[in-house]
Amino acid sequence: MNRIPLTAWIGLFLIGLNLVLFLFGPLLAPFGQEEIVGAPFDGPMPGHWLGFDQNGRDMLSRLLYGAQMSIGVSLGAVVLSFSIGIPLGFFAAIRGGWVDLALSRLVDTVMSIPVLISALVVLQALGSSLPVLIVTIACLDSTRVFRLARLVAQGINVMEYAEVARLRGEGLWWMIRKEILPNALPPLVAEFGMRFCFTFLFVAGLSYLGLGVQPPFADWGGMVRDNQQGILYGLYAPLFPAAAIALVTIGVNLVVDWMLAGRTIVQGDNR
Amino acid sequence: MTTLILKRLGLGLFTLWLVSVLVFAGTEILPGDVAGAILGQNATPESLAALRTQLGLDEPALMRYLGWLGGITHGDLGQSLANHRPVAELLWPRFWNTMALAAYAGVIAIPLAVSLGILAAARRGRFFDRFANIAALALVSLPEYFLGLLLILGLSVRTGWLPSLADTYEGMGLVDWFRATTLPMLVLVMVTMAQILRMTRTTVLGVMDQPYIETAFLKGLRNGRVVLRHATPNAAAPIVNVVSFNIAYLITGVVLVEAVFNYNGLGRFMVDAVSKRDLPMVQGAAIVFGAAYVLLNMIADIAAIALNPRLRHPRAKGA
Repeated sequence: MNRIPLTAWIGLFLIGLNLVLFLFGPLLAPFGQEEIVGAPFDGPMPGHWLGFDQNGRDMLSRLLYGAQMSIGVSLGAVVLSFSIGIPLGFFAAIRGGWVDLALSRLVDTVMSIPVLISALVVLQALGSSLPVLIVTIACLDSTRVFRLARLVAQGINVMEYAEVARLRGEGLWWMIRKEILPNALPPLVAEFGMRFCFTFLFVAGLSYLGLGVQPPFADWGGMVRDNQQGILYGLYAPLFPAAAIALVTIGVNLVVDWMLAGRTIVQGDNR
Repeated sequence: MTTLILKRLGLGLFTLWLVSVLVFAGTEILPGDVAGAILGQNATPESLAALRTQLGLDEPALMRYLGWLGGITHGDLGQSLANHRPVAELLWPRFWNTMALAAYAGVIAIPLAVSLGILAAARRGRFFDRFANIAALALVSLPEYFLGLLLILGLSVRTGWLPSLADTYEGMGLVDWFRATTLPMLVLVMVTMAQILRMTRTTVLGVMDQPYIETAFLKGLRNGRVVLRHATPNAAAPIVNVVSFNIAYLITGVVLVEAVFNYNGLGRFMVDAVSKRDLPMVQGAAIVFGAAYVLLNMIADIAAIALNPRLRHPRAKGA
């Protein structure tokens, strides 16, 4: 591995920090997420380092609880989306023929509508709950994963070593596991980072619109929405959760940028 | 080239139709029950049945789809469930508001971002390139509402230069309109510019790795001339695609920005409709958003075909 640049170190640090918050956030929180311990929009004071939210709840505690919800939902959605997209993408690339054609057409059709619009249509029909949110986003997002997985697998499938394996009589499952997956891993890992970023911003955006994670759960996007009126009085309250969101995406983007450096293909358009 | 363009037009129309199928399927076939959603907790079986008949939910889905599609082609998007007014009447003013805001942002962001992206590619690895890259990466990472809130705090609450909410109304003066929409425009410009800049740079750099660019350098041409005369024209088609991605983004990114600044656009219209679960309003907004997106992508593809030198000057047959 060549020298890791400073920006990537910063990114790795931010990811590590958020991982800790994700795993241990609620344990670190000094107050409960629903506990009213002060006056609405009161400023920072000892013991309440970030002040209070619109209901007088401790901002820091809610941020810590929110980490688990915000990061957890998007992480769940991305993992699910990759476990749908990668197998189907590999399968389509190796099989080819009508399977490939049918899957690719379907994916192109779903992708011809902006994700946000599709998601809003589904949420209108099913209402917003955590499982609906995760599965909807995962399904919509898996179309992008499918496209990349198929493209990468197609490239590998025509290599000599893949040809040799096929001539040896290896089966589909073996091909995917031993030939395609190891060689497709680097672009897919970078894509995972990018998809996570996009999904994370997307979930936070939906919550900000009031259509994502529902109260009483603390969630960063929803917290920005709830505290937004504070900005009109010059208060920083809504900026804390918004900055928390920004730090996560900056961290992931810095690392992904380093991983993709030197490559000139346009990957992971965030639509 | 003409056949290619005609093919693309056909594909665009086909996609439009598919969008209508998807929107209909998404709203009607998913297990959510519209009548149940409207009546909520107080639904009795009789009132549910009565409402289903009233909404025409007893008919088979295919008949409803055809009726709905027929209505759309005549500009009839149905009636709002909440206040029984025609959806089209409520929707189009909001749509034009959104388009106005997106156009205001696009006119500023696109030329600026494309030229800065080319400049960054020309100065690959130098200070300007690195600075532009990091700034763009930061802007791409920041959510729209974070930028929006920072701008409200800096340019409105602290200084009072611009209004914090984008209140627009009909018959508003042009100067007032620009004043009201400048903050949301700035947010959209920052976010799209960052995307376009990064992708333009990548595209131009991709062309710069080609052998003919090396030849141009070996001929002794200066860097600026190679980038502008040799690389950029060949990167034009992908750049058009990049721009179209981002115009399409403008259309949906506007949803969040409208929510931040309380702007009366189609995005807020749709979000409100979704939270009220007002089915015809959601369908109308989704189909308009979807159509705008498909049309923009189609226009961009056609422009890319028209800009491709190889397609514009096809080799004579048999050559």
